Amino acid sequence: MSEDWRQGGFGLYVHWPFCAAKCPYCDFNSHVARTIDHAAWRNAYAHELERSAAETPGRVLNAIFFGGGTPSLMEPEAVAAVIEAAGRYWTLANDLEVTLEANPGSVEAGRFAAYRDAGVNRVSMGIQALNDRDLARLGRIHSVAEARAAFDIARNCFDRVSFDLIYARQDQTLADWQAELTEALSMAIDHISLYQLTIEQGTAFGDRYNAGKLRGLPHDDLAADMYDATQDICGAHGMSRYEVSNHSRPGSESRHNLIYWHYGDYIGIGPGAHGRLTVGGNRYATEAPRNPQAWLDAVRKASGESERTALSGIEQAQEFLMMGLRLVEGVDPERFAALAGYPLPAKAVSELQDLGMLNVGKTNISVTDQGFNVLNAVLGALLAD
Amino acid sequence: MTDLDHIRNFSIVAHIDHGKSTLADRLIQSTNTVSAREMKEQLLDAMDIERERGITIKANTVRIEYIADNGELYILNLIDTPGHVDFAYEVSRSMHAVEGSLLVVDSTQGVEAQTLANVYQAIDADHEIIPVLNKIDLPASEPQRVKEQIEDVIGIDASDALLVSAKSGLGIHETLEAICKRLPAPTGDRNAPLKAMLVDSWYDSYLGVVVLVRIMDGVMKKNDRVKFMRNGTVHQIDKIGVFRPAMQDVAELGPGEIGFITASIKQVRDTKVGDTITTEKKGTDKALPGFKPSIPVVFCGLFPVDSAEFEDLRDAIEKLALNDASFSYEMETSAALGFGFRCGFLGLLHLEVIRDRLEREYDIELITTAPSVVYHIYMKDGTMQELHNPADMPDLTYVDHIEEPRIKATIMVPDEYLGDVLKLCQDRRGIQLELTYAGTRPLVVYDLPLNEVVFDFYDRLKSVTKGYASFDYQLIGYREDNLVKMQVLVNDEPVDALSMMVHRDRAEMRGRAMCEKLKELIPRHMFKIPIQAAIGGKVIARETLSALRKDVTAKCYGGDATRKRKLLDKQKAGKKKMRQFGKVDIPQEAFISALKMDS
Ligand SMILES: Nc1nc2c(ncn2[C@@H]2O[C@H](COP(=O)(O)OP(=O)(O)O)[C@@H](O)[C@H]2O)c(=O)[nH]1
Ligand SMILES: C[S@@+](CC[C@H](N)C(=O)[O-])C[C@H]1O[C@@H](n2cnc3c(N)ncnc32)[C@H](O)[C@@H]1O
Ligand code: SF4
Ligand SMILES: [Mg+2]
Repeated sequence: MSEDWRQGGFGLYVHWPFCAAKCPYCDFNSHVARTIDHAAWRNAYAHELERSAAETPGRVLNAIFFGGGTPSLMEPEAVAAVIEAAGRYWTLANDLEVTLEANPGSVEAGRFAAYRDAGVNRVSMGIQALNDRDLARLGRIHSVAEARAAFDIARNCFDRVSFDLIYARQDQTLADWQAELTEALSMAIDHISLYQLTIEQGTAFGDRYNAGKLRGLPHDDLAADMYDATQDICGAHGMSRYEVSNHSRPGSESRHNLIYWHYGDYIGIGPGAHGRLTVGGNRYATEAPRNPQAWLDAVRKASGESERTALSGIEQAQEFLMMGLRLVEGVDPERFAALAGYPLPAKAVSELQDLGMLNVGKTNISVTDQGFNVLNAVLGALLAD
Repeated sequence: MTDLDHIRNFSIVAHIDHGKSTLADRLIQSTNTVSAREMKEQLLDAMDIERERGITIKANTVRIEYIADNGELYILNLIDTPGHVDFAYEVSRSMHAVEGSLLVVDSTQGVEAQTLANVYQAIDADHEIIPVLNKIDLPASEPQRVKEQIEDVIGIDASDALLVSAKSGLGIHETLEAICKRLPAPTGDRNAPLKAMLVDSWYDSYLGVVVLVRIMDGVMKKNDRVKFMRNGTVHQIDKIGVFRPAMQDVAELGPGEIGFITASIKQVRDTKVGDTITTEKKGTDKALPGFKPSIPVVFCGLFPVDSAEFEDLRDAIEKLALNDASFSYEMETSAALGFGFRCGFLGLLHLEVIRDRLEREYDIELITTAPSVVYHIYMKDGTMQELHNPADMPDLTYVDHIEEPRIKATIMVPDEYLGDVLKLCQDRRGIQLELTYAGTRPLVVYDLPLNEVVFDFYDRLKSVTKGYASFDYQLIGYREDNLVKMQVLVNDEPVDALSMMVHRDRAEMRGRAMCEKLKELIPRHMFKIPIQAAIGGKVIARETLSALRKDVTAKCYGGDATRKRKLLDKQKAGKKKMRQFGKVDIPQEAFISALKMDS
């Protein structure tokens, strides 16, 4: 059990907390800063890498992910330094995946070649919408034309380019979305992420929603219809869902994200970054200060890790299931039982099977198409006590 | 010990908010009964809940010493009585312990339903009544009109009514003088054997049971061995005193006096209000007539939200019952709600007060099931069963007929709302008995089934009359009607806590309303849920709650699995606020809300 993580692999997540502007729907740990001391950030990442590496000697690293915020605001030298250090500390897998999240503004597009030279081999772009009115409503600072241009540059630099869209937007109809998605799939290369707009508390959208001023959001039934239509259209284009909101051609899944969903180990460095790390036979959840300056200060003092909590077997089993059932491939119930010390509740499993929510095999349990729509309720039933 | 000529015992009767408590405060204050430092508003309303709601539940007493204009010292004993209909019995008892009443009427409002109900009790107890027109400081005050109304409607002379502002203190001196001059002194014989009336009793956590007494004849002293005549128990008096309004010891209480004793009595239940107390030796053999015991008329189930708190609930209920003999309880088990208690109350306010106290003072979260009245079920074999809980309804094949309690409701309402009130009473199966005018205000008397009133009649009345109606009622007996038990089935399983007795003609309407309400209250599940109302095996109303369509977190925050686990915890916390019936989770509030009617 103590080596459970090996079934998911080992990854490195680097969080860059700055953006050119804050989007009104976003509650990621992202901040707008007037000036950024790039050297300080490069040093801090180096320090944190060294500290983490000391705890994980001899491991094989499967993936690196630069997330944000807007990592395409990082200086390519800083990106290069992180990748180079990772190569010194760990054995890099032959198929090492190095992803960088990029915003489709023109400033960033010019840097793609430099990122490629630094070792990035995959880009994930936040295109969000394919019409300018909706981009404006989402508070995005780029146009569709700029996004397409940036995307073209990216695809010339990288073999693997993914992009994100947000749907179930204000006033969007089912037909609107079907048309937009079809257009998006004609651009797509090997991977696409399609997120239904979530109203998060503490964001500008959240406040507007609470005040009753965010109108035209789809009701549950329409949202469900949109989700179902998404599966049909993507399937027909050879880009089936492999996770709740992620689609790819076979074999082109995001390897880094699969580490989360396969419940592997990952180091998280940068403000607010989370990690899961097995050391000395215990699996820990790690956290870092969310405020960028606070994180820098903490790193300078000693360590950018503010919390380290040992996870019980049951907590690990819960996390494993919650992450794993997001994947179409499902989970091995034996792995749950090994972590929890007890099997999945047979009654709940068979009830969910009868309701058509779960596919239940001897060595595998997975969520059905119907089950994906109500995954939280399925998990709630499976983890009821 | 004061001679009888210088004692006056009285109570104050008033409709709620007409100023009874304020007047009592002024009387206490202007006679320096309490130092300015100790003076706080509504001195006599002791319990928190009483203070908050501005109602007096237990009878409270205060002894006031007053030097009258004739230079003589008078002892004035005021018994403050609860004004609410639920506690009408307590009012009537207290009335028998005093000789006179101040009839307080808000001079901006006039006579209201509770004024009537309470003043009739004072008249029944042969009181001398002094009308007091309060709030004359207000511009809307109409003393002349209200005087005429008192004479017309109540039929007592109001020409000498006192004009008072309890708020400013105007007329307080005149009130004190009138009490001395116009109310009769008590009678009694100091040399006769002890005869004392047990007026009230309650539990005090330091002293145990405290008994409020009114001495009719004889003398009561510390260390006396006294006999409670109803069951012959003998106790030695540990402590004897009067309320000012704090307890103050005295050497003895003589005829006409009102005070308290403690005598190592364990439970309030061991004392019966209206009982006669005499000395163990050479006592009287003529007991006072006594009072009818108050009987619970409204029943409901109380269950702990957290079933692990059942024992705590039991302790709390037992403690409350020590202090309140009018409240009954017995254990109840419900398939849905687990272990709890079926409790009986004097009325809805009483129910709310007890429930609030359990939640507040004992910190137990409760699920309250629909209040029900007591039905009389006449069986074919000629026997009669009392039904306190619709879930216990016997098999209909053995039932001959069912009788339900009826009330006589007195409602006073401004003309413009009369139509709405009549419609409300009609909708609730009422039979009009009277429609007259008290001055210019309509006074409506209806014969209504209590079960149509217990739940939300008062709320509805308030809302259709914008708060301008006043309401009072008394039980008048049982009558047969076409009553049936309506069951509710959620996902084809009967939910016992939602079953109720209804009139057959109203069953479809109630059933439909109930199913619609439940459809709103129950969250969507992964499957569709039929919600049905049925009588016997016959479904009379049906709704379907469609299945949950969408509940999935679209995006995963990188590696933040902790966030997902928190979501799960939140989900679980939400579930804790629900009860499981078969596969369906029903929120607690559904048990009460589903029964509220909109018409
Ligand atoms: N203006 C005015 N207000 C009064 C007078 N007496 C009582 N009140 C107010 O009327 C309300 C009800 O008084 P309260 O004594 O609690 O009435 P109770 O329900 O009969 O005990 C309170 O807000 C008092 O302050 C008065 O003489 N004049
Ligand atoms: C961490 S963001 C970073 C991407 C990049 N900064 C950008 O905005 O282009 C990752 C993705 O999450 C999605 N996202 C962020 N907030 C969301 C929300 N409230 N509802 C749905 N999707 C959201 C967006 O599609 C976004 O591209
Ligand atoms: S959506 Fe992307 S660009 Fe917008 S605030 Fe969030 S992280 Fe920054
Ligand atoms: Mg009061």
